[in-house]
Amino acid sequence: MMHRIAVGAFVLVTALGAPAFAQEEPAIKLKEAPGLDKVQANCAACHSLDYIQMNSPFLNAAGWEAEVTKMMKAFGAPVSDADAPVIVDYLKKNYGG
Amino acid sequence: MISRRRLLEGAGVGAVVAGAGIGLDALKAAAAPLDLPKALPAGTRAEAVLEALPGKKPLIKLTYRPPNYESPVSTFRTAITPNDSFFVRYHLSDIPNVDAKTWRLAVGGDGANGRVELSLDDLRAMPATEVIAVCQCSGNRRGLFEPHVAGVEWGYGAMGCARFTGVRLKDVLDKVGLKKEAIELVLDGADGPAFDKTPDFVKSIPVGKALEDGLIAYEMNRQPLPHFNGFPARLILPGWTATYWVKHITSIMATTKPFEGFWMKSAYRIPLGRFPLLARFPSQDTDVNTPISEMVVNSLITSHDDGSEVKAGAPLAIGGVAWDGGYGIRSVELTTDGGHNWTAAQLGEDLGRFAFRPFSHSFTPAKGKFSVMARATNKVGQTQTAELILNPAGYHHNVMHSITLNVA
Repeated sequence: MMHRIAVGAFVLVTALGAPAFAQEEPAIKLKEAPGLDKVQANCAACHSLDYIQMNSPFLNAAGWEAEVTKMMKAFGAPVSDADAPVIVDYLKKNYGG
Repeated sequence: MISRRRLLEGAGVGAVVAGAGIGLDALKAAAAPLDLPKALPAGTRAEAVLEALPGKKPLIKLTYRPPNYESPVSTFRTAITPNDSFFVRYHLSDIPNVDAKTWRLAVGGDGANGRVELSLDDLRAMPATEVIAVCQCSGNRRGLFEPHVAGVEWGYGAMGCARFTGVRLKDVLDKVGLKKEAIELVLDGADGPAFDKTPDFVKSIPVGKALEDGLIAYEMNRQPLPHFNGFPARLILPGWTATYWVKHITSIMATTKPFEGFWMKSAYRIPLGRFPLLARFPSQDTDVNTPISEMVVNSLITSHDDGSEVKAGAPLAIGGVAWDGGYGIRSVELTTDGGHNWTAAQLGEDLGRFAFRPFSHSFTPAKGKFSVMARATNKVGQTQTAELILNPAGYHHNVMHSITLNVA
């Protein structure tokens, strides 16, 4: 089962009909660099941004590209063709190994 | 609504928690340094914090949404893991607060002769069974893989062992009657994706294993299941990795064809022939890979934190837990010379073949630094590996665990 939440917004709270367990998610501070706004707008719609820190710095450029592709192809993330390369570029420059 | 407090090392802890009952423990945990394995990715070590989810003691937070929290190694100093210290693992972030009164479990499918919907009261009215079983994430210790692989970068604590009470899957299936052609059971839970194009977390299990060992559990350590461990009921598949232990379970559908969902066909797969496993899931095999199945034999030293100091001239008890895919632990041996000489540890209480088996060995070490390593062997002769068995998704890490102690 699933509920639908707004995608494209920087979602900080996942209050989906679960009052007793609704979580306030602390804002994850990623490195300030070009592309961060696209990362926040796209990636954070479905998961917290600590996933990026957690998977660093061992993913190289090809590794980050594969992750973004997986999010789009396997998990259906609605990342635009314009945003995808900006996100990959941000990840490999700031969290790549 | 319960607000949650973030516990950062060295950060102020003045925030107020409303009714979550975690105050004192949380404060103690916040003061303690978070001692993560040095083999974890640097980014993981930097972002992980001790933090308490509602109803839980502070655990090691790897990700907030979906929530992925592991238990500190010291949790495993006992064979039974308390509910409030039990690890939390979700793939998808829409996790509803299930109302036990309106919750229903649907049982049917094209491999069944009928269909029923069961309430929690219906389940509780059926004969109850208990099993003490290890629930371990397939990717436990993924963060220790070298080279690292992408995913949730777990240390040692994506596991726990609890007493589960519930109804045999066989008894539930008897209510609808399985057809001879039924080969798999497809399991779905109430949790789902944040976005409708993301594949829902749906798993299948082979009918044979399901009938033999499967349980629909509504209690964990004689308490209702914690929300974050699958309230009000979850599947228990003793011996097999936790990917099949579907939480907040809402439907069990028998099928006459292999289930084609993403979480079976693409995820949780291991290369064919790479691991010495006996349990198989043949209806899901391809020419190159196979679904993960039973846990590999493993052990963990838990009596002491790695790098800690112990007193010279006094007996030292090194201990921990060992487990496997359900054949039972035959022996645990320890070495302090890198594997030249091994000494059998004493095995603790046998809580059943699916449970953690405690082990302990006492001796008086000489002054100075030394390392101690543990190796478990199960009753079918499988043992732990000295060298990591590589696989793309980082599953089944059972490299022998060692710690270094300073005798002073």
